[in-house]
This record gives sequence, structure tokens and C-alpha cells, in this order.
Amino acid sequence: MALLDIHDLSIAFGGVKALQHVSFSIDSGIVYSVIGPNGAGKTTLFNLITGVYTPTSGEIRLDGAAIHGRPPNELARRGMARTFQNLQICLNMTALENVMVGAHLRLDRNLVKAALRWPSIRRRDADLRDEAAELMRFVGLDRYTRARADSMPYGALKRLEIARALAMKPRILFLDEPAAGLNPTETLEIDALIRKVAATGVTVVLVEHDMKMVMSLSDRILVLDYGRKLAEGTAAEVRQDANVIAAYLGAHA
Amino acid sequence: MRDPRHLGLAVLAAVLAVLPFVLPNSFYLDLAIRMAINAIVVLGLNLLIGFAGQISFGHAGFLGIGAYASAVLPTHYGVHPMLALGAGAAAAGALAAAVSYPIFKLKGHYLAMATLGLGIILNIAFRNEAALTGGPDGMPVPSLELFSFTLSSDRDWYWVVAALLVVSVWASLNLIDSPFGRALRALHGSEVASKVVGVDIARYKMAIFVMSAVFASIMGSITAHYVGFVTPTVSEFFHSIELVTMVVVGGMASVFGSLVGAVLLTALPQILATFEGWETVAFGAILILFMIVLPRGLVPTLAARLGKGG
Ligand SMILES: Nc1ncnc2c1ncn2[C@@H]1O[C@H](COP(=O)(O)OP(=O)(O)OP(=O)(O)O)[C@@H](O)[C@H]1O
Ligand SMILES: [Mg+2]
Repeated sequence: MALLDIHDLSIAFGGVKALQHVSFSIDSGIVYSVIGPNGAGKTTLFNLITGVYTPTSGEIRLDGAAIHGRPPNELARRGMARTFQNLQICLNMTALENVMVGAHLRLDRNLVKAALRWPSIRRRDADLRDEAAELMRFVGLDRYTRARADSMPYGALKRLEIARALAMKPRILFLDEPAAGLNPTETLEIDALIRKVAATGVTVVLVEHDMKMVMSLSDRILVLDYGRKLAEGTAAEVRQDANVIAAYLGAHA
Repeated sequence: MRDPRHLGLAVLAAVLAVLPFVLPNSFYLDLAIRMAINAIVVLGLNLLIGFAGQISFGHAGFLGIGAYASAVLPTHYGVHPMLALGAGAAAAGALAAAVSYPIFKLKGHYLAMATLGLGIILNIAFRNEAALTGGPDGMPVPSLELFSFTLSSDRDWYWVVAALLVVSVWASLNLIDSPFGRALRALHGSEVASKVVGVDIARYKMAIFVMSAVFASIMGSITAHYVGFVTPTVSEFFHSIELVTMVVVGGMASVFGSLVGAVLLTALPQILATFEGWETVAFGAILILFMIVLPRGLVPTLAARLGKGG
């Protein structure tokens, strides 16, 4: 059984049919990419799967269980993590604290114990600080373990989002354009980071415009165009697909 | 102690310990007590406004619940004052919980209007239930007994309020730097990001709204017992504005800013005493001025200047 099963998924915003009857499935442990021109519905797809939006119709199943319409905080509990195309970093917190927030569900969130400086909470927080610093090193943010988030450059914040998502210890990680706005060197580093994450057994779902990166990284690729599924398959299959060549690559060439 | 905030707590405790011995007369002792009471309310309000990013223009209503619980329940029903204080806090908490679900679906101006409306409704209730509350003229409040000890002298009151303040600052500092507090700050920083990492944001907003309401109600009770009399002005809209102004002036999301804001703006009416009636205008002007010139407030701005980074 596939890890994630999407069946006949649609959503409309007023008159805009952002996604129409999209179906596909993602097996556990692979790197799965979603590509398509601007406005194709890639981010909308991520928003539907992670519970930020509720579909107009269709089904989303995780391990066979229907999850469409469930709130994001519940899906987080089931092992879903994501980053955002438009950065969603908490600039009112330190970099390390942003990563620590990723571990939210693994912590004792009791208000009264927190206010009383309960020893178990202090100890767990001290360990978590080390864990978060380790994750920051893992994504290449060694230099920023003591930084405030609002003092960090854009490229570093992109990685910070990945570190926060990894702090959730997810089973499936959605990355929405992790290399957007990065220079070629930084893009190569993100490429290497995604491989490192995938090697730990996390299923990675990637939206990315950098075709070289997508083609070399992905086990399978979904192509969207105007909210519809244009093609799906391995990199080689997608590259040779007549629809893709006509509609997508043609438009970009 | 490596943490500057815990150094701040130690300094606060030291200042509070020597203050009554250096204050020249009872006028200043009274002022210090009222500053400390306001500081505790503002601490709670700053957790809501500064840390969680949710506004309330109705917090004086919760002060009113505590104050009137401590006046009405012992006077008319013979309830022990400590029990009345607890009942007021429970009622304020329950009301905050009940309204939080619809209220926090709102944002920005709408949230401000809804909390403002809540405060006004409470104020009207205290004003109109004259049989119980004495209406606009108010009513006397019996003195507060702690176990077998009756609080009467200003010195006694000072120590109680000073101890409450130190504990509140300590608890607030702990809370902010905990999983609960990080979730609270995270939903302020990005609601969608905090949802996606698993934060049930509606529950967190409710929890902090309830907590700040309970803080306010308890301090309303304390104020009522301390003054010995309560009138509907305690729950007036202007009082809510005063409290928000204290948060803004001292600094949003700053524990010690809350204290600074409360101290400065509790002293202000004394300084402005000669301009009786212009207080409201002064507070409004200060609020606007800070929003424009020093939006982060005094303490965070100073901390940034000193390079401590908040
Ligand atoms: N919340 C929303 N309200 C209204 N329309 C929306 C909303 N979210 C997305 N859309 C619309 O849905 C369509 C798909 O947008 P989406 O952001 O998913 O595209 P995308 O494939 O991620 O594009 P890009 O490559 O530019 O990020 C667009 O026409 C967009 O305007
Ligand atoms: Mg997008």
C-alpha cells in the first residue's frame, strides 16, 4: 500500500479551479517531485495534503486512512511536516527556538508545570536545545545556533524551515521550492541536504522549479498544469511525455 | 543567573525588599502598591498581547469581575473573602473560556472590537445591578483575611503585593521559556507554521486569554480589598486602555517592560493631577506617540540599543 493516496482531488477558490480531479500515490521512502508552471496548483496541493485547505471534493489517504478535512495539527501528529514557499519563520523568536517549536508534539505542554519551572520540563528543554542545535548543524546552519531569526539571511531561513520540519521527526516531508531564490552553490547544497534527509528514510515530496535538481533527485515526478494532472512517472518517462513537452517544456523553452 | 532575565528578577526582589524602608511617606507606599498591582495585571495582559499577539480592549471587565466578587459575595452572601476571590477568578476564567472560541476567530480590528464590547457589557452590568453592586455609587468591600490574619496596614498590603509580583514575574519568565510559551510565541510569529508543527492554536489562544483574565480578576479582588471600596470605574473602558497603554509603553513581549510600563503610567496621573480631567487625553496621546515613535516600547528598544538582543 502506498504511503499517501490522492484520489480525484479538486479545490476551487470562487471561480478559480486551482486543482481538478488530480489522482496519484506516493510510496514510502522515495523522493517524489511535483512540477508545473507558475499557478499550476503545486502549493495548493501541499496546502490540501497538510490540512491548511479543505478540498472541494476528492480523497486523501495516509496509510489508507482518510485525512482530508483534518486540521494541520492532527496531521502533524501523523507524521506530516512541511516547509513554505513564502517563508513562515517566527521572526519573534531565536533560530534555535524556531527549530524547538518543531518538536512541539513530543513535549510536555502543560501550562502550570511550565510556569512552576517543573524539573522534568527544564531537563527535557535542555536536551531539546542540544537536539535542535544538532539539527541546525545537519542542515548547515552551524553558524546560526545562537542567532535571532530576524537577523538571518534568506538562504539560511530556507534551511531553518527544513530544520524545524525535521524536528517533528516526520515520516513524510513536503518541501515547497526549497531552492527558490538561492544561488547555484546554495542550490547544490540544498540538493545534497535533500539526499541526506531521504537517506534517513523520510519520504520527501518536493516542489521545485530547478529542473536539473528535480530530474536528478526524483524517483517519480508529477506534472501539473492549470490545476490538472498532465503526466506522472519516472524522470525519464516524464521527459519523453508528449503532453509535457508540448505544454510545459515548450512553454518554458 | 547567566540569563539576564533572572538577574532582572533578583534586582526586582532586592528593590522591592528595601523600598518600604526608603519611601518617605504613606503616599508613596500607596503608590508603590498600586504600581505593583497594575504590574501584575499588565504582565498577564502582555502574555496575551505581546507574546501571543492577541489584543484585548476589555480586560478591565475581568478586573471588575474580581473586584465585585470580593465585594458582593462576602457582603450579601457571607462568603469568606478568600473563597470570593477564588470564585471571581473562576468566573472570569470561565467567561474568558466561553467567549474565546467565537472571539479568536476574529483578528485585528474585529478582535479589538469584540473584546471592547465584552468589557463594556460587564461595566454596564456592574453599573445597573444596583441592588447587588450599589450601582454607579459603588459599595464598600470587607477586609481580606488570610487564614486568621486580617490585612489592614499598608505595610501588610505592600508585602503581599510585592510577593505576588515577584512570583508573577518568575512564573511569566518560566512560562515564556517553555514548550507552552514557545508555542504561544510561534502562533504570533506564524499561525500557519505553528498549526503545521502541531500547535492547536485555538486552544493556546484560549489558555492565555483565560490565564490573563484570571490574573486580572485576582488583582481586581486585591484592589477592592486594599481600597476597601469598589465602583464601576474599575471596569471602565478607559481602564482597559490604560492597561494596554502600559503594555505598549513598557514593551510588547517584554516581562520587565510590563513592569516599567505599569510603574510609569501609574505615576503619570499623580504628575498630571493639576490637569484633572485630561488624563484620558494624555493616555491616548501617549499610546499614539509610542505606536509611531517607539513601537517596540521602552525596554525592548533599550535592550536592543545595549546590544543584549531583547
Ligand atoms: N487562498 C487562495 N485564494 C484564492 N486563490 C488561490 C488561493 N491559493 C491559490 N490560489 C490560486 O490557485 C492557483 C494555484 O496557485 P498555487 O499557489 O497552488 O500555484 P503554484 O503551482 O504553487 O505556483 P508557483 O510556482 O508560482 O508557486 C492560482 O491561480 C492561485 O491564484
Ligand atoms: Mg507555489
